[in-house]
Amino acid sequence: MTTWIFKFSSKQVTIMAAAVLLFFNFQLNAATNEIIITGGIESARPIGVVPFKYLGNTSLPENLSEVVASDLQRSGKFNPLKLSLMPQFPTTDTEINYAAWAQKGIDMVLVGSVESTGLNQFLVTFELVDVLRAQATGGQAKTLENGKLVMTRDHVIEKRTKTINGSDFRQYAHIISDIVYEKLTGQRGAFLTRIAYIKVLDRDTNPKPYRLVIADYDNVNPTTLLSSPEPLMSPTWSPDGNTLAYVSFENKRSQIYLQDIYTTSRTRLTDFPGINGAPNFSPDGKKLAMVLSKDGNPEIYIMDLQTRNLTRITRNRAIDTEPSWTPDGKSLIFTSERGGKPQIYQVNLASNRKSRLTFEGEMNLGGAITPDNSQLVIVNRTRGDYHIAKQDLKNGDMLVLTNTYLDESPSISPNGSMIIYSVLENGKPALAWVSLDGRFSFKEPVADGEVKSPSWSPFLL
Amino acid sequence: MLNKNALKTLLMVVPLVTLAACKSGPTDAELEAEANSQAEAAAQQVADAQAVADAEAKRVDVAKADALQKAKDMFESEKATLVAQNVVYFDFDQASVKSDFHSVLDMHAAFLVKNPGQSIVVEGHCDNRGTPEYNIALGERRAQSVETYLMNAGVSSAQVSVVSYGEEKPAVQGGSEYAFAQNRRGIVVYQ
Repeated sequence: MTTWIFKFSSKQVTIMAAAVLLFFNFQLNAATNEIIITGGIESARPIGVVPFKYLGNTSLPENLSEVVASDLQRSGKFNPLKLSLMPQFPTTDTEINYAAWAQKGIDMVLVGSVESTGLNQFLVTFELVDVLRAQATGGQAKTLENGKLVMTRDHVIEKRTKTINGSDFRQYAHIISDIVYEKLTGQRGAFLTRIAYIKVLDRDTNPKPYRLVIADYDNVNPTTLLSSPEPLMSPTWSPDGNTLAYVSFENKRSQIYLQDIYTTSRTRLTDFPGINGAPNFSPDGKKLAMVLSKDGNPEIYIMDLQTRNLTRITRNRAIDTEPSWTPDGKSLIFTSERGGKPQIYQVNLASNRKSRLTFEGEMNLGGAITPDNSQLVIVNRTRGDYHIAKQDLKNGDMLVLTNTYLDESPSISPNGSMIIYSVLENGKPALAWVSLDGRFSFKEPVADGEVKSPSWSPFLL
Repeated sequence: MLNKNALKTLLMVVPLVTLAACKSGPTDAELEAEANSQAEAAAQQVADAQAVADAEAKRVDVAKADALQKAKDMFESEKATLVAQNVVYFDFDQASVKSDFHSVLDMHAAFLVKNPGQSIVVEGHCDNRGTPEYNIALGERRAQSVETYLMNAGVSSAQVSVVSYGEEKPAVQGGSEYAFAQNRRGIVVYQ
């Protein structure tokens, strides 16, 4: 945790030194990236995220509660109440009028405050309150402790106080979101994560239109790691979140690179004749699965990152591509045309035994397995339409999750709750999200370029 | 021992030699002049021959340069013609060269056979349906089928290399059937 925050902060300090005003304006404007919810809000649980009271007179670098509300909304599990509908704006549990919130159908309320305690130092306090429990106990529950009946305030699910720097507001907001999310769903939150993607600017007017970008999970704070005159593809995270592997055509042919996202130093890993593509780190980070066509047609290989030794996994005249590791690291799934049309196969790396996993639809491609090893997420082609789908690994049931156009490049959040993918929006690739149950989906408004090949980072803390 | 005939010959030759010795010959100056004039004539002859040769060489050089220029012009104009028609299109999810494009590829092949120093890169491209990784594989297959066509037509493998850009470099943006059709292509790029 410490390492990550340190690195992140130092990057922000650099940006601030370069353009303090610009940075602050950007931060304020980027407090929440606007999203267009395309489905599923009715299944989300209402919650009151009350604006945190600010005790101080300097301007705040970030609106904490706004970020928390945005996070909770983006998870698809919560539907934060609009400010205009809130019955009151309490700062602490004791100020909450439980009945007024319950009447609005809100059973959970997050309240808090921010206090300026010194130069760039802020004391943040927040409380997550169960309104219904508070109503039931009158805020005064009694419990047996060491044989004695004592008063508890068990309707306060979580209360924390922490001093943070001005540059840590956004991360702390995501930490609050993670706490709220985990307390209320039982699942770990994935708000302190990042995404990597390829952005393509106008190729007629930009000498280096292809960009490798990383951003916070909500696409705030985008940072360009690399600009190239030739295509960049397939960014993918190392399990420690420090390194990206990707494909670059900078030398007019495909090559796989590794790049440290903090130092931005990079290494060319492969330069074989033909395709060098589809890198994917093993769960232990020691190996990289990839596709090479050096022996005539695309085959799956595994490279040991220490020795750089290659092991060939497939031997087939058909196209084999898109290797992805199972969570236990013992198998790869991949796309193969060996049955005629592209379908998903699995290969056990110990026995080298291969089996076909998908049978529904004309094609299934780009497979990845959820962290709990229960679902296979794929790009499914049925009657000519490409959609993100999931297939239950136990019973084989397939469910199409999206109804957007030309969906591709799905990447699963590390807690397995959401999928980020690429769609064609007004003729341009753009980012979209869908929950793994398919009920909640949203997309970003059209950006100033094409945005494609998203990849969700692992947990960063 | 000498035989009779040999003796006779000897007796006849001796007086002739004596006669010749008695006759008064040309002076040294005459001999020198004669030699000089002969040398001059020879020199003239050499010079004339050189001039002719020079003229011929010049003519040949000019002709050569002309021919070279012509060949170069022809090469460039042929190349320009070929570069102007260097795209072949493919059907959805297909990588075989359609017969519509045999004649244009035959032209490229003929040119490459005639100019073995000329090398090309065949680029394979796809529309944006399917996944980027699958399309990289499909694009390579398309480029390879163009390469194979050219090699079957006599082009040396040393002249051809392939690269797949998949769906990363569309000719036409968007998700229309027209865009799809324009983007499923192989391009012969002269180096």
